[in-house]
Amino acid sequence: MLLVPSWFWEAPTSIFSPKGTPAHFIFGLSMFVLAITAAIFLAVGGVLAYVLIRYRRVTDPNREPAQIYGSNQIELSWTVIPVLIVVVLFLTTARVIFDTEYASKPSSALDVVVIGHQFWWEFRYPKLGIVTANELHVPVSDPRRPTPTYLEMSSADTDHSFWVPQLAGKMDVIPNRVNVMWIDPESPRLYLGQCAQYCGVQHAKMLIRVYGQSQRDFDTWVAQQQQPANQDGAREEGQSVFLHNACVNCHTVRGTAATGRFGPDLTHLAGRDTIASGAIQNTPENLRKWIDNPDPMKPGCLMPAMHLNDHDLTAVTAYLTTLH
Amino acid sequence: MADSFPLTGAIDLTSAPKARPLALEVLHAWVTTVDHKKIGLMYIGYALVFLVVAGLEAVVMRLQLAVPHNSLVSPQVFNRIFTMHGTTMVFFVGMPILFGFGNYLIPLMLGARDMAFPRLNAFSFWIAAFGGLLLYFSFLGGDGLYGAGTAPDVGWFAYAPLTAKVFSPGHSTDYWTLGILLSGVGTIGTALNIVTTIVAMRCPGMKLSRMPLLVWLYFVTCCMVFVAVGPLTAAQIMLSIDRYLGGHFFDTQAGGSAVLWMHFFWIFGHPEVYILVLPAFGFVNEIIPVFSRKAIFGYPAMVAATVAIGFISLSVWAHHMFTVGLGPGANTFFTLATMVIAVPTGIKIFNWIATLSGGNIRFTVAMMFCVAFLFQFLVAGLTGIMLSASPFDWQLSGSYFVVAHFHYVLVGAILFTIFAAFYYWFPKMSGRMLDETLGKWHFWLFLIGFHLTFDFMHIPGVLGMPRRIYTYEFDRGWGVWNLIVSGGVIFQVVAIGCFVFNLLRSYSKGRIAGPDPWDAWTLEWSTESPPPVYNFAAIPAVQSRRPLWDLKHPEDPDSNYEM
Repeated sequence: MLLVPSWFWEAPTSIFSPKGTPAHFIFGLSMFVLAITAAIFLAVGGVLAYVLIRYRRVTDPNREPAQIYGSNQIELSWTVIPVLIVVVLFLTTARVIFDTEYASKPSSALDVVVIGHQFWWEFRYPKLGIVTANELHVPVSDPRRPTPTYLEMSSADTDHSFWVPQLAGKMDVIPNRVNVMWIDPESPRLYLGQCAQYCGVQHAKMLIRVYGQSQRDFDTWVAQQQQPANQDGAREEGQSVFLHNACVNCHTVRGTAATGRFGPDLTHLAGRDTIASGAIQNTPENLRKWIDNPDPMKPGCLMPAMHLNDHDLTAVTAYLTTLH
Repeated sequence: MADSFPLTGAIDLTSAPKARPLALEVLHAWVTTVDHKKIGLMYIGYALVFLVVAGLEAVVMRLQLAVPHNSLVSPQVFNRIFTMHGTTMVFFVGMPILFGFGNYLIPLMLGARDMAFPRLNAFSFWIAAFGGLLLYFSFLGGDGLYGAGTAPDVGWFAYAPLTAKVFSPGHSTDYWTLGILLSGVGTIGTALNIVTTIVAMRCPGMKLSRMPLLVWLYFVTCCMVFVAVGPLTAAQIMLSIDRYLGGHFFDTQAGGSAVLWMHFFWIFGHPEVYILVLPAFGFVNEIIPVFSRKAIFGYPAMVAATVAIGFISLSVWAHHMFTVGLGPGANTFFTLATMVIAVPTGIKIFNWIATLSGGNIRFTVAMMFCVAFLFQFLVAGLTGIMLSASPFDWQLSGSYFVVAHFHYVLVGAILFTIFAAFYYWFPKMSGRMLDETLGKWHFWLFLIGFHLTFDFMHIPGVLGMPRRIYTYEFDRGWGVWNLIVSGGVIFQVVAIGCFVFNLLRSYSKGRIAGPDPWDAWTLEWSTESPPPVYNFAAIPAVQSRRPLWDLKHPEDPDSNYEM
């Protein structure tokens, strides 16, 4: 593994290119476990290979070798040595478990409520009054003045699992249960992940995007998200289409009559890079196709085809693209 | 040695050949039989059919995943196929094929004429068989009156609340529930039968400490079935109550618990792994000594390790739930329990190596499969240790690394030993040898295919690929690995073709085996191949673990050395 070039492990979702404290904890442990298991493999596999070659039948086929029935001393030795290895492995592991799960929460931590849905993510920042979807914005954490983000997670429907490998191990998102995990990205960039617990038809395209941002960028983003929806006059027709169709049953646009909660909050939709839980780039063309009929783009997703006429479709798309 | 009949009296030389029966008579005889050998063969044949079916399902999945953004099958179809593949392989291939060999071999190895409860045996087989048919009937009847059929799509561990009526309308999930319920009834029946047979039907002189190790392993397996299958069956009943009688056990929308289902499922599911792998160890325990020409090294340690695995395996289930958020206490406990199980498992590997050491090793096809098993099981055990370290598991759980790990166990260890068992015992079951040349083709092709598929499958897991996704993104770096993984499937398909062809051809054209083609030592080789209905003309009596060794080497019998 150490002989393998580093670019190989630098895939955007590799568990071996950690970019946050919990992922670093796990990476350290996994290197230790890999070293021990590799040593065991070489030792036991080597002896096995030697025995197979050394004792293959080359002599008189009818010769019966000496019959050996066992030896208590040998049995004892290959019981005690593995026990010692297990003790070492266990104690090292236990330490990492407690370091991660019992880490004390600093007062500067950011709280985010994560709600898994079929097949998208809802992110609520209760202290900041922000609701968004699929793209989680968090501040990067400086080790001298840590600002980790604590995720309180639950599910609105089936089981999901929140997994962004470069930041932390996964944690299941289960209905009627609140699980907590924390992340602290070390540099400002995009981190990718996806749902890791089978949750229904579109489990595959329930992607996660975590935007690590410098504190200043994050504050700017927060201030922008706290605004109600853009109220420019130019898109009044599109807004009317939006408000007079079934869109409002599922979607919220803050500052309007649309208060549905079944689907993602669209108040600042145009500020997102993707739609369909990270599966599709957020361009006006894609958005238009999506509103017309999402199923070909994400088969099995729960948003119905809206069957608007061309005029209404164009108008509502234009409206949504103004929701910065 | 092969031409002498070591146990004089085991073979009846007086009976006259009978006329060839009509096809209908043959069919009637098979359907109504209570003979443990015929039931064993039916179990094996039924499992082989499902092996091919579930194998083809795997082929479809690998075609779909070979390249990113593939659209060969829809997500709906893909989800049904992985559900059916997993469910079929565990419940309708693994369990029946192992019970098939157990049914066939245990009475013969114990010097008995049949199982303790022959009619229960037939009942258990048929109810399990109909469980499998019911599961597959879902392809026709899954949606009931609503339209075309659909197979279950909830995954083989069917986590709540995805199985609730609101998320799984129609009847496909009910076919899954009922199929497994029936299979569970059959499994418990057969386990009861095997345990009773072992306790009560041993021939004179066959003390527990003289039983072949294979019989010991089945004994422990079946005891584990009693503990493990009950909760699964109970959970299926509870799920049906939820779905049809307004229960709320797992119905989270009405306050039920999704985690409760996980506990019920995995208190079955992890012992189940050992239920499948212990009989496989049993095959290895018989085959390695015979082809090393040595007694098994450390018989008492092997028995003790098996019993230890049996007990410890009942306390490791929540290592499937490290990501559920059970807290550091539970995670620590289950990490320790899981790591501890490596100790008795290691003891087994070391004893096999010690058995080989100093031997005169014959690389027959059966032995080659056992040797491959040893290496592969070693790797599977070591990746298991990685997964047992719960923080490492927080990354690896639910990823393709886990899929690779458990296929290393289920294919690399269990299926390889099942193939070994076929090459080793087919002569006893059919009276004819399997062709060794075709067998070598089978072995090498399957070995190459296995390693292409399952070695490289670890890598996308480490690179963040979750299991059960029907497609994936271009930018993740998983494409090339998935292509290699899918490429290995071609070799495996050809290898299985060689195997099936070998079975069919050798059944009618294979070399006549005689009673003891391998110069082996356990009682099944003392009688004719295939054995008559009554197994032994006269019930044998034994003085050691290797009665046929004693007869072949009267100057140096085993009984002098055994403790």
